[in-house]
Order: sequence, then C-alpha cells, then structure tokens
Amino acid sequence: MKAMTVLFSTDSNSLLNGSRSYEETMKEWVKEYNLSKMVDVIETGTFGFYGKGVLFQVLPEDIYYLVSSIDDLEKIFNEHILKGRIVSKFLVEKEKIRPAKGMELKETRIVLRNAGLIDPENIKEYIARDGYKALYNALKMKPMDVIEMIKASGLRGRGGAGFPTGLKWEMTFKAKDSKKYVLCNADEGEPGTFKDRLILEGDPHSIIEAMAIAGYSIGADIGYIYIRGEYYNSIKKIQKAINDAKEYGLLGKNIFGSDFSFDIAIRPGAGSYVVGDETALMESLEGKAGRPRIKPPYPTDHGLYGKPTLINNVETFANVPWIILNGPDAFRRYGTEKSKGTKVFSLVGNVVNRGIVELPMGCTLRELIYGFGGGVANGRSLKMVQTGGTAGTFVKPDKLDIPVDYESIKDGISLGSGSILVIDDQNKAIDIAKKAVKFYMHESCGKCTPCREGTRDLYILLDRISKGMGKKEDIERIKTLSTEISDTSFCGLGQSINLPLVSLYDNFKDEFLELVTKIKPQNILKT
Amino acid sequence: MEMEKVEILRSRIKEVKTQQVEKGDMILSSLHLAQELFENSIPLEAAEAIAEELDVKIERIYELATFYSMYSTKPRGKHLIRLCESLPCHVVEGPQIEKKLKDILKIDFGQTTRDGLFTLEQTSCLGICGVGPVMMIDGDTYGNLTVESIEGIIEKYRGDRK
Ligand SMILES: Cc1cc2nc3c(=O)[nH]c(=O)nc-3n(C[C@H](O)[C@H](O)[C@H](O)COP(=O)(O)O)c2cc1C
Ligand code: SF4
Repeated sequence: MKAMTVLFSTDSNSLLNGSRSYEETMKEWVKEYNLSKMVDVIETGTFGFYGKGVLFQVLPEDIYYLVSSIDDLEKIFNEHILKGRIVSKFLVEKEKIRPAKGMELKETRIVLRNAGLIDPENIKEYIARDGYKALYNALKMKPMDVIEMIKASGLRGRGGAGFPTGLKWEMTFKAKDSKKYVLCNADEGEPGTFKDRLILEGDPHSIIEAMAIAGYSIGADIGYIYIRGEYYNSIKKIQKAINDAKEYGLLGKNIFGSDFSFDIAIRPGAGSYVVGDETALMESLEGKAGRPRIKPPYPTDHGLYGKPTLINNVETFANVPWIILNGPDAFRRYGTEKSKGTKVFSLVGNVVNRGIVELPMGCTLRELIYGFGGGVANGRSLKMVQTGGTAGTFVKPDKLDIPVDYESIKDGISLGSGSILVIDDQNKAIDIAKKAVKFYMHESCGKCTPCREGTRDLYILLDRISKGMGKKEDIERIKTLSTEISDTSFCGLGQSINLPLVSLYDNFKDEFLELVTKIKPQNILKT
Repeated sequence: MEMEKVEILRSRIKEVKTQQVEKGDMILSSLHLAQELFENSIPLEAAEAIAEELDVKIERIYELATFYSMYSTKPRGKHLIRLCESLPCHVVEGPQIEKKLKDILKIDFGQTTRDGLFTLEQTSCLGICGVGPVMMIDGDTYGNLTVESIEGIIEKYRGDRK
C-alpha cells in the first residue's frame, strides 16, 4: 500500500453523479505532481450512501469528502493531498456513511463484506480477502457435507419467498439426472430494490464463487446468471469478473486440480417483472415469453430445459462463501430465532439518506429510517412505510419498533426484497393505491383472468374514487376485489396484490371514505 | 441501407451464437442486437433474419418482441426515453418530472416526436431508486432529476441530431 489512498465509488449511482470524471481528474493531478509513488487513486464498489455529488474516501485518515464540482476537488487536492490538511468544509460525517451512533454494533457486513473495500474489477483484491478460499475448501469436502453446512446455518432465500436454502440444495442434489443447472436470479424488478445490482457491481466474484460451490454441491457443471436487461453497467462488470476467473483457472476445467469443472454464462432479460418468478425466468432463459409454469413439478426436479435446477437470489448466494469460511454457527449468531443472518435493505422515498445498508435480521424500521436514513426528508412527517417492494405491505408509524424478519408478516410487516419505502404526509393514500395497482396491471403477464382483468377493474375503481365519483360501496370493494384476485391468481404476482391493497385499506379506510362521502356539486349532475 | 443492416445483424448473430450454451438461450440477446441496429425497434426483416439464423419460427420472435417491454415492433425514435413510474420515484416528485418532460417534448407516453428524435415511454422501477426520480435515455441513466435539470439533458440529445 502507498502512503495515501483515494477511493472513488463506481457503482451506478455514483457514476450518475459523475464519479468517473472526478477520479480521472484526480489521477491526472497525481501524475502531474509526480505523486504516483505516494498516492493511489482507485475505484471501489458502493459506500452505501448517496449525496448530491461525488463521494470519495481518503486513507489512512479514513475520512469521506463529498464534492459537487471539480473546483471543490481541486481545493481538497491542494490542501489535503499536497499539504496533508483536512478540508472540513467538504467532510461528510462518518455516521452518515457508517451507521449512526448507537447502531455501530449492529451493522454487520456479511453480504457486503467486500463492497466498498475492494476494487471489484480486480480479482487479486478479492483473492487477497480470502476470495475463492471457500471454493477451495468446499472442493475438499463431500458435496453433502457442504450442503449440511448451508442447512445448519439456517440461511433462507433472500429473493422474497424465504425458502430454506440448504434444503433446496439438498433436493437438487438428490434429483437423479446427469445434467443439472445452477441459476442466479438477478432479475431484481421489485420497485425500490437495488441491492442485487450493488452486490453484483461491488463484489461480483463472491457470486461467481458461490455459484461454483453450488455447482459442486448439487452436481452441475454450468451456471447461468439471468440479469435485468436494463442493468448494462452490471452486465459488463460481471462479464469481466467471469473472464478473469477463467483466466485464473477458478472457473473452467478441473478447478484447483480437482475433477470439478464449472462455467458461467450471463443472459440479459428484456423488461418484464414477472420473469423474476423462478419458473417464468426459466421460460425466458429458454427464449420464450416469460409466463410462469405450474408448480409442481418444482425446479429442483424439473427446471431449466426440464432438468433439475437450483435457483437462488444474488444476495442468497453472496452469503454462501462467508458461511463456508466462518462456519454455520458464526452465521447463526446474527438474526432472530427463525431468520438467521443479515438482510441488505434498500432505503428509498422521502428519507434524508437513501441507499443500502446491511443489518442483522430483526432490526426495526426505526433503526433503518431514523438510524441509517437520518429521518424523513425536508422536515416533513412520516405517513407510512411500504416494506418489501410493491408486492409488500404498508404500515403506519405505530409499527416502527417491531423487529423485521420473515416472521414479522404476522404483524403486518413484509420482508420481501428488503426495500423500505418511506412516504411522507404530502402523499395521499388513494394516489399510492393507484400507482401500486397500475404496476400490477402493467406487469400482469395475461396468462390468467383474475390477474389480467381484475387488476384493470381495480384500477378503474380506484380511478373513479380518486376523481370523487366513487360510491361508499366502492371502498369495501377495494378490499374484496383485491382479496378475490389474490385468492384465484395463478402465480405469485397476482397472488400478492392483497398485501399492499388490503393494508392500505385497513390503515387508511377513513381517508378513502372521505373521498366518497364529501358531497361535490359538480358530481351530482353526473350520477 | 436496410439490407446492409440486416446483413450486419446476421453476422452479429452468428458471432453471439458461438456463446450459445443451450438452444434458445441467445434469442433474447439477438433481439437486443436487432434493436441496437434498427433504432430501438425490430422490423420484420430483422425478425426474419433472427428466426432464420437461430432456426426458430418467426411467430415466436413476434411473441417475444411484443411480450417484453424493452422491445418494440413499431418504429421508435432515435433516442428512447424511459421514465420510471414506480412508487419510489413517484413519492419524490416523479409526477412533476413527468409533466415537465411531456411539456418539453410535446408528446404523451408511447408517442414519438415529429422529428423522430425521441420516443417517450414509462417503465417500472429501473433499480436506481437511490437517486430518484430517474429516467433512462438509451443506455444512460439520469438521477436526482429536477424540473430545472431535464431541459438541459434533453437539449444535449437534440444537439446530436444529424
Ligand atoms: C412475481 C414474482 C417476482 C419475483 N421477482 C424476483 C426477483 O426479482 N428476484 C429474485 O431473486 N426473486 C424473485 N422472485 C422469487 C423467485 O421466484 C424465487 O423464489 C427466488 O429466486 C428463489 O431464490 P431464493 O430462494 O434464493 O430467494 C419473484 C417471485 C415472483 C412470484
Ligand atoms: S397471476 Fe398475473 S402474472 Fe401470474 S400468471 Fe396470472 S396473469 Fe400472469
């Protein structure tokens, strides 16, 4: 390491704010002043915090600067890099990047162990932090022993459904077929969720390593990463990581001199939310329209191209190498009784600090929103929070102190994809309901009638209410219709519509009622 | 000109076909290639070329081109603007951005400007909610949009009209 290191985040959000050109400029100055032997300017993944500008870190001082012009950057270069004087004007309090006071003990980096610390495009940095050691260790074990470790850890799927991961691996291992597949679900379409992208961009080798471990465990020699078509930046980064891994012999034939061979291919999607459903994703990968398949048979027996297939979410995979290296007991130390480990949350909406943060399962919304998030933006007050994505529930501020995990749905808080959408008091419940239903209507694949027609009926109903032309019975109908749709739909998309709609209805019934009981003269004529 | 493009498409598909692992797994990628070449849409001659090169029925190509929201069988503008309409962007003043964008372009969602430069579409979440409201123009993303900032962004694309 050189005397000084300057780290620029190059995740998509930072790139949007222009981090690349700041980094280039800094590099030029370092060269110009002949400081190349003293100062390293490198790229890293996400810091997990976004301000309106470009954020970078300076080591060994371990401080963060936020700048919004090259002039600002120049001041810091002249003062800090050249003269060693910290420029306090542009400093960002560490609590904003790291957790707030009192929460330091809680932030736990298992999934994000490398994100923001290493240059994701440099395989050597991953290897230097014990990268591919878990694969090396796994290849010395029996496949079923690896699976036992995952089972013992209590890891459950992070893609939304929460299925026990080890059990899924075991079922695929036991399926008898000479051909099997490993599939990584990186279709991340749940509104408000962008953790998978930041994991893939910040630490792509952790996913490659985990998929190889999975391939060895279940007996597959090929893996696919199915990634959202819009994630152009991530696709490039993972492709580079795969190429590098191949070059280092960590993918390909006879990995670490064993009999095990494994390859990974990336396939982009083309803009369809329902393809995130595992069976629809398999259809899509086979080059068909992404409509869900009937279950059973389950993918573990009859998946991609009819072969046994192990499909896991990006975040689920990212836990695997850590568990192999640190053991299942270490993993079980985090979380709650039925939900072990951590969760990567994405905090969005009307909150001061938006971004991602990894906390042990069982943290509360208060910790997330007021601890990491710094509270509601623009000095407004909190009206509601939607957890788990558009297919998640809405809660009022009275639920801020309930531990969030797979079980908290009994208290009305869904974990889902880990998205936490903060909504302030400027928003009307009816507008939120309309937007949510519009999403369903737009993303319905059209395969089954309740979802295809029902979501449209529901939208028309809400639209009528929002325009002051609804009747009292219409309000009740919000609840009954969404319940009917979810009871009779074919797949998880239609089936989940009751979560947002019924919770909105239950929490804001009065607000809806107000829209139909106020007498509006202009509407009397119309009815 | 169009014939030439079809030939380029064919040779690119032959190239990506070498990466095919199982039959069918390169079809979506081939449709993406076609859209890159044919200004954001998949005309019949491109669909025919894909069907032939990958040995699948043209009906299947049509189904895919109409099922997935990133594809279009109808011609679109040179630049495709996709504005996020999901809740995380909605609550941070997405509707104001929507209105301003429509005003500047003088078109509604699903329409193309007269000069053929822009098509405006709405899209579900783009996964960049950390900097919402956001839009994507072709492959580039723009975040922290304000009513004041979009004009300049659009102007930049108007500039390279040739
Ligand atoms: C409509 C719908 C959309 C989904 N979208 C995603 C997604 O974007 N990413 C994901 O990992 N899982 C998604 N899932 C869940 C997957 O079907 C599947 O449960 C998951 O990929 C399994 O991996 P896990 O056990 O590691 O969570 C979705 C499910 C449904 C019904
Ligand atoms: S519930 Fe909706 S998305 Fe699912 S199969 Fe039916 S129509 Fe398609």
